[in-house]
Amino acid sequence: MGFFLETLFGGLMVGMLYSLIALGFVLIYKASGVFNFAQGAMVLFAAMAMARFYEWIPKWFGFDNKILANVLAFAAAVLVMIAVAWVIERLVLRHLVNQEHITLLMATLGITYFLEGFGQTLFGSGIYKIDVGMPKDPVLVLESLLQGGVLINKEDLYAAVIAAVLVALLALFFQKTATGRALRAVADDHQAAQSIGIPLGRIWIIVWSVAGVVALVAGVIWGSKLGVQFSLSLVALKALPVVILGGLTSVPGAIIGGLIIGVGEKLSEIYIGPKLGGGIEIWFAYVLALLFLLVRPQGLFGEKIIDRV
Amino acid sequence: MLYRENGQFKSSYRSDQQIFPILQDRIAMVALLVLAFLIVPLIASPYLLTAIFIPFLILALAALGLNILVGYCGQISLGTGAFMAVGAYAAYNVQTRIDGMPLIASLLFGGLASTVLGVLFGVPSLRIKGLYLAVATLAAQFFVDWACLRLGWVTNGSSSGSVSVAGLNVLGLPIESPVQKYLFALIFLAVFALLAKNLVRGAIGREWMAIRDMDVAAAVIGIRPVYAKLTAFAVSSFIVGVAGGLWGFIHLGSWEPAAFNIDRSFQLLFMVIIGGLGSIMGSFFGAAFIVVLPIILDGLPYWFGIPIDTATASHLTFMIFGALIVFFLIVEPHGIARLWSTAKEKLRLWPFPH
Repeated sequence: MGFFLETLFGGLMVGMLYSLIALGFVLIYKASGVFNFAQGAMVLFAAMAMARFYEWIPKWFGFDNKILANVLAFAAAVLVMIAVAWVIERLVLRHLVNQEHITLLMATLGITYFLEGFGQTLFGSGIYKIDVGMPKDPVLVLESLLQGGVLINKEDLYAAVIAAVLVALLALFFQKTATGRALRAVADDHQAAQSIGIPLGRIWIIVWSVAGVVALVAGVIWGSKLGVQFSLSLVALKALPVVILGGLTSVPGAIIGGLIIGVGEKLSEIYIGPKLGGGIEIWFAYVLALLFLLVRPQGLFGEKIIDRV
Repeated sequence: MLYRENGQFKSSYRSDQQIFPILQDRIAMVALLVLAFLIVPLIASPYLLTAIFIPFLILALAALGLNILVGYCGQISLGTGAFMAVGAYAAYNVQTRIDGMPLIASLLFGGLASTVLGVLFGVPSLRIKGLYLAVATLAAQFFVDWACLRLGWVTNGSSSGSVSVAGLNVLGLPIESPVQKYLFALIFLAVFALLAKNLVRGAIGREWMAIRDMDVAAAVIGIRPVYAKLTAFAVSSFIVGVAGGLWGFIHLGSWEPAAFNIDRSFQLLFMVIIGGLGSIMGSFFGAAFIVVLPIILDGLPYWFGIPIDTATASHLTFMIFGALIVFFLIVEPHGIARLWSTAKEKLRLWPFPH
């Protein structure tokens, strides 16, 4: 029982991290109808910027304070991501208005290649580490209830809390601010939004910037877990089933989808994996998402797809 | 002046419905075939053949298969690499396990195995549409990647999934030298291109296109979506499977699952989109573009004598490749095939503008 709970908690926390990446996909899809394959590359790019600025900034200004360096590096990385968003809107999205979904998808794949190459040219292609002072030691909980207790990784716990806070902030931003309202209007209907005077270009920059910041947070958390290296861009592939499971247009869907995939992945790896030869994590998530889609083709919380002839 | 249909009267349905209704097109086609079958093998160096022509032919075949699914039937697939892998590994299995199995038969068997998987993963397309389907097809990709690495019987017990074939021959003729390999791949490509062209011109092709343009309307006028979508998946994955077999047997000789990973799927999708969706010709253009571009990009620093270390060069190649893709999509979202047909249209009227 204790072992089962441990796996369950582990899955929930990994799921929360998947949700963070999935959130970036959902934000951009909602606002601009672009399925942004470059999200993984953005996570990598942001994490690299953060890691390198953390090394560079103390050198440039000649101080030695970890917290200050972290804060400044984070701020610099945010600026970088906003610049990336601006460039993408200016050079790519603006010219591809009203194109087919698949053309836009391919364009983001082009952006992926570009960002991966650009990031490594700019920041170097080594393995860097991000240290924002998250505790690494595991803790035992529920010792009174179960024999042996349940071992939980503190780092995962912090990460899950950060993810939850970020989601709450985003929800507030979307529901309560004027910009958030404009974003939702654009998501509902581009033309109607434009006709009442919402500037589409600016909205897209904002949304891609927000997605960039979400990517940065995801990059910092994943980066401090795994180290900042090229393979970081592959975690986006694990977030894809989360997005379609939860529904491409739903923020809560990204969270719940993440939790389902996280738990499903860990439990299957432990309980089904050995029978099939192990390593089934990577496709199990996709097959799980596929099965869910067979029941609900628009994902759990996605908008119902209505065919009009 | 030269490219014109004036004076070419059609007096029978047969002549009206031929693949190339304009005489000049027929002449150009014959010239192209002569060039491909006779002149290229005679003058191209072995390096050119192995580095450019053979990969181009095989990937063009795979792109052709994918174009049937994506371009003609409108079902986006990100799992093409998986179907190539199935074709390659199935062909390998028959080839090694059955003594004296003819090469062509095992390649076709690879195609059949791929068809079965294609239909299986095509079933969800009846319910799932658009981008959801695209992501769902990744399930095929990752499942096959995993199966090739972990399931012993797929790779005949080799530990890392790497296998190799040797001593290929067709009816006693060896397929060893670059020229022989080139001709072998070329024959496959020519036959399948003709088959595909005729399929998309016929009733079934029209059904695919109707489904692509609007599936509800197609169903209303009496096209069975189940039949149309599944045949598209079947035909497409058959061709892709055969291309996978060729890629493994003819181009690589020995390969491991990574040869057919998700990057391969993206690469093929790039070919189809840059070449032109819904165009047989486009598959060839796209394949040529994507095969030749990285080679040129890699060669550029050397040709201009710019000293640059390999790591930076490969990052720059990535950047330029990505930027060019985006640039191309912006300039001509309908692909090179559209440029081609615009050029032909202009040529018909030339030198008068209207």
